[in-house]
Amino acid sequence: MTDALDITWRLLAVFVAFLLLPLIVGQAEHKVMAHMQGRLGPMSAGGFHGWAQLVADGVKFAQKEDIVPAGADRRVFRIAPAVALLPYLLVLVAIPVGPGDAVGRPLDAGLFYVLAMMGVGVLGSLMGGWASANKYSLLGGVRTAAQLLAYELPMLLSAASVAMAAGTVSLVGILDGFQWWWVPWQIAGALVFFTAGLAELHRPPFDMPVADSEIIFGAYTEYTGLRFALFLLAEYAGIVVLCALTAVLFLGGWHGPVGSGWFWTLLKTALLAFVVIWLRVSFPRLREDQLQKFAWTVLVPLALAQIALTGVVKVVVS
Amino acid sequence: MLEPTVRAATSPEVGPAADYFQGYTVVGLLAVVGVLFVAVAFTAGRLLRPEVPTPEKLMTYECGVDPVGEGWAHTQVRYYVYAFLYVVFAVDSIFLFPWATIFADPGFGGVTLVEMFIFLGFLAIGLLYAWKKGVLEWT
Repeated sequence: MTDALDITWRLLAVFVAFLLLPLIVGQAEHKVMAHMQGRLGPMSAGGFHGWAQLVADGVKFAQKEDIVPAGADRRVFRIAPAVALLPYLLVLVAIPVGPGDAVGRPLDAGLFYVLAMMGVGVLGSLMGGWASANKYSLLGGVRTAAQLLAYELPMLLSAASVAMAAGTVSLVGILDGFQWWWVPWQIAGALVFFTAGLAELHRPPFDMPVADSEIIFGAYTEYTGLRFALFLLAEYAGIVVLCALTAVLFLGGWHGPVGSGWFWTLLKTALLAFVVIWLRVSFPRLREDQLQKFAWTVLVPLALAQIALTGVVKVVVS
Repeated sequence: MLEPTVRAATSPEVGPAADYFQGYTVVGLLAVVGVLFVAVAFTAGRLLRPEVPTPEKLMTYECGVDPVGEGWAHTQVRYYVYAFLYVVFAVDSIFLFPWATIFADPGFGGVTLVEMFIFLGFLAIGLLYAWKKGVLEWT
């Protein structure tokens, strides 16, 4: 009975985090972007500095007509947003937040599971792009596929480097083995992982698949109302997952300079999310060929070099 | 033939395999929660939103101009070799994970490291070959 209660609490906590954290990141993006550009951002919804802007957006989305184009592949079109969104919920359950059992569910193959799930999220965009029967959506979908091909590999390689350092693929195990000098040791891997993750989420400057000035909104062009909202939610949930994973794998998760606890995980995740927003404001969009070249000629060799470095240091130390 | 021996060896610790899969029942439960969430959201949305379809509204949106031809145009996807490259690399990198967990354990060490460099060498040569073949040129 206590077991069932315990599991219920954990599932509830994961679900609430899944609904709440992306909204916080979204609101932060509104405000941070605005202030970086000398604007105020949303100010009226909810009264205090427009804190309820995304709630208002949600209400608006729920009231909009749901349009499925006449030419679309209806069933695939309808379930695509769910396919894009749910993997990120399932990833959150495996991410350790604090020491001890402050994790939705410790999985032995945690790292492996997490990477596999994140790959599934991209399928949603592919399905949407194909099912829309719109040339621009199709282009967006094909670009999404090309981007996945290019950036999944450096992501896997840099994650493998951490698994080598810790000697385990369990996320909890990786954090248990963490030492502060892992941060400078794995810094190249961290950069590769974070960059590749950004590209997989189509965040600027890697937002070629949704380049609004040339292919409208890529795979999401035909979506309206609630389904469009779910795609947006998936993007922000993806940011939360990517930042939390980078914090756990490369920045020591709950280990802090002073003491340790869930506070550090959240702080690191929030700082990384800020960087994600900052990058969006700072960099122009990469062209498709620049984007591919960057992955294969910079990130993949860098990740391979990191693996070599990790291997040598690890064998010398042990 | 070997299987009974293995089972006998592990059975005193209340079946590790059962433990292993129990972790994923929680994941399964969460998946059910997620599917329920989406189903409830879509059903509630159906009750809340208006529905007034017109032929113009259901037309494919291509910058406001009436669409020409079909959406599923016959396009030549040019990155077959490139996709092939990805598959080879991804499968290789998957093999890194089990190796990564044991390579520094007692009894491995130096020799395993040399093996890794041979492995990385293969990957690097593959990448250089693809580069030279022009697979990584886009303009």
